[in-house]
Amino acid sequence: MSRLAEKFAELKKNGRKGLITFITAGDPGLDATSDLVVALAEAGADVVELGVPFSDPLADGPTIQQASGRALAQGVTLKKILSTVKSLRRRTEIPLVLMSYYNPIFSYGLEKFVVDAAAVGVDGVIVPDLPLEESLSLRNLSAGKLAVVPLAAPTTADARLQEIVAAGSGFLYYVTVTGITGTRRSLPPELSASLDRVKKIAGGLPLAAGFGISTPEQARLVGRHSDAIIVGSALVEIISGSGTTAAGLEKLSKFVLSLRQSLDGLSGSE
Amino acid sequence: MTKANFTVPDERGYFGDFGGRFVPETLITALEELNAAWVKYRQDADFQAELEGWLKEYCGRPTPLYRARKLEAALKIKEVYLKREDLAHTGAHKINNTIGQALLAVRMGKKRLIAETGAGQHGVATATAAALFGLSCEVYMGEKDIERQAMNVYRMELLGARVIPVSSGSRTLKDATNEAIRDWVTNVADTHYIIGSVVGPHPYPAMVRDFQRIIGVEARRQILAERKVLPDVVFACVGGGSNAIGIFHPFLEDEVKLIGVEAAGSGIASGAHSAPLSAGRPGVLHGSMSYLLQTEDGQIEEAHSISAGLDYPGVGPEHSFLKDQGRARYISVTDNEALEALRLLCRTEGIIPALESAHAVAGVMLEAAALKDKIVVINLSGRGDKDVATLANLEAGEGE
Ligand SMILES: Cc1ncc(COP(=O)(O)O)c(C=O)c1O
Repeated sequence: MSRLAEKFAELKKNGRKGLITFITAGDPGLDATSDLVVALAEAGADVVELGVPFSDPLADGPTIQQASGRALAQGVTLKKILSTVKSLRRRTEIPLVLMSYYNPIFSYGLEKFVVDAAAVGVDGVIVPDLPLEESLSLRNLSAGKLAVVPLAAPTTADARLQEIVAAGSGFLYYVTVTGITGTRRSLPPELSASLDRVKKIAGGLPLAAGFGISTPEQARLVGRHSDAIIVGSALVEIISGSGTTAAGLEKLSKFVLSLRQSLDGLSGSE
Repeated sequence: MTKANFTVPDERGYFGDFGGRFVPETLITALEELNAAWVKYRQDADFQAELEGWLKEYCGRPTPLYRARKLEAALKIKEVYLKREDLAHTGAHKINNTIGQALLAVRMGKKRLIAETGAGQHGVATATAAALFGLSCEVYMGEKDIERQAMNVYRMELLGARVIPVSSGSRTLKDATNEAIRDWVTNVADTHYIIGSVVGPHPYPAMVRDFQRIIGVEARRQILAERKVLPDVVFACVGGGSNAIGIFHPFLEDEVKLIGVEAAGSGIASGAHSAPLSAGRPGVLHGSMSYLLQTEDGQIEEAHSISAGLDYPGVGPEHSFLKDQGRARYISVTDNEALEALRLLCRTEGIIPALESAHAVAGVMLEAAALKDKIVVINLSGRGDKDVATLANLEAGEGE
C-alpha cells in the first residue's frame, strides 16, 4: 500500500481526522523546506503538500503568490524540488504530495515527471489547472506510481463530481470556497451541508477540504464534515513572518499543534 | 496549399494539439454555460440580427477597405488595401468582440463585466459595451500599461468603468489577465469575463474568433466587389491574435497567403520580445495550450514590446495550429521597424495607426521586395491616438 493510502487507512482505523499542511517549496529556501517538513510532521501533520512555485499562479491569493515569487527568485525548479524530496526521504516517511500548475510538469515531460517523482518518494500530485477532461494522460501515466488528486469545487454539479471521484486517486480535494487560496475570516454558511453531500458521492475516496482555513475553530468545523482538512496560506504567512529560526519553527509547530488538537477533539465524538 | 480541415476546434476546444481548457475546477461550470450560450446564439437569427444592428448603427460597420495608393508608391507594391478597423467605434477592432460578448452576457443574466487590457483598447471597448447595456464594469490593467496608455485609462473611467491597477509580475497584460481570472473564479455567479483576444480556455478562442470574423468577411466581399479577384496576401499583427484570426479566417479555404506579424521588441536575439510563434515552444498559460515564451523549467517569461497590446508571452491556440499546419506564416518586426512604419503611414496616407497595427505595416515593408506585383491587404486594427504620448516621449529621448 502507498504511504498516502496507508495514512488514510490508519486515520480511519483510529477514528481520527487528517491534517494536511501546505507550504511553498523553496520559500525561504530548499534547505529550509526540508526542516519545515520535518517540523510539520513532528507537530502532527499527516500529509505535507509541497507547492511547486510558478510564475503565474492563477488559483492563488497574494500570500501564496508572494511565496511563489520568493522561491523563484531563489532559483527553485521542479528538478531541484525532486532532489530535495529525495534527501528528505532519509528524514521522514510522511506522505508528500506536490501541488504544481500544469506548465512546469508539462515542460519537464509528463512521463519523466511521473517516473522521477515516484522514484524520489513523492506520493501524489495535485494540479489546480488540470480539470478532469485534460488529466487523462497524467492519470494513465501515473497509475500505480503516483496518486493524481482531483479537485472539486462548490460549483461542481453532482454528476460531474461522480466522474471526478471515479477518475481520482489518493483523496478528493474539495475547495471550500468559490475563489482563490488565502485565509478567510469566515467560511461559507452552507459549507457543512456541501461537505456532507460531497462525502456521500466520494464514497471510499477520502475527502479533504481546504482553501481559507486558518483557525482551530474553522479546522473543527470543516473536520466534522470531512476526513481531513488542508491548511496552506496560514502556514505560509507564519513562515514568511517568522522565518525558519528556532523561534520561527517553534511558532509554526505551536500553530500546527493547535490545529491537531482541535481535530483530535473531534475523534470519538461521532 | 495544405488540404487540412480548418473546421476547428473540436468539442473539447482543440485546434489540433492546441487549445483545451486548463483552468481551476471552479470555472468549468461557467465555461460550459458560456459554451452552451455561444452554441445556441451563434445560430439564433434574433441574436445575430441584433448583433448586426449594433455593429452597423453603433460601431459603424462595415469599415472601409481603403486603397492606399501613396503607400503603394512608397513601397513599390502593386496594390495595398487597408482594412480600416481604426474607424470602428472606440478606434479598434476590439469593439466587435465586446459588443458580441456583452449581448451574450445579458442573455445569460450576468450583471457585471470584467476584462483585462493591455493597450487599453479592449478595456475601452468593454467599458463601452457595459455602458451601452447597463452593466457594471471593472477592468484589470498592469501598472506599466496604465502609465503608457494613460489616455485609455481616462476613457474607461469616463465611460463609468473602474480600472484596477495590477502590480504583480511584469505589470503588463499577462498579469492583468491573471488578476481577471482570479476575479472570475471568485465572482463567477454574477460576472461575465470578456476576454479580449482569441486566447483563454475553450470556448473563448473560437467564440472571440467568431465575433471577429466580420473583419475578414467584409474584406473578402469588398475586395471582390472592387477588384473581382482575391488578394494575394493578407497581413495582420498578432498579439493574442484576434484581429489576425478575424481577417484570416474567411480566407482559410482560399489561395491567399496569410502572414501574421509578431512583435520582436528589441530583436529576437536580444531575448526582449513578444514573439512566441517565432521563438517560443508549446505550453499552457491562461487556460490553453499554445506557443509560449517560457524558461527551460516551464516558467512563463516576460514579454517585451513598445506596443502594449502585443506585449504578451502567449498567443491564441488557433494561430499555433495554423503555424504547424503551414497555412499561415508568422514573421516578426522590431520596435524600431514598427515606429518607422508608423511614421511612413502618417506621412504618406495621413493615418496615425496604433503601434500594434504599425507592426502589420512594418511586416509589409519588410517583405516589400517579394510583393512588387501583388495585391496586399493589411488589417489596420486600430488608430494611434492612444500612443501619441509614448511617441512624444520617444522623440524627447526619454522613451524606454
Ligand atoms: C489596435 C490593436 N491591435 C491589435 C491588438 C492586439 O490584439 P490581437 O492580437 O488580439 O488583435 C490590440 C490589443 O490591444 C490593439 O489595441
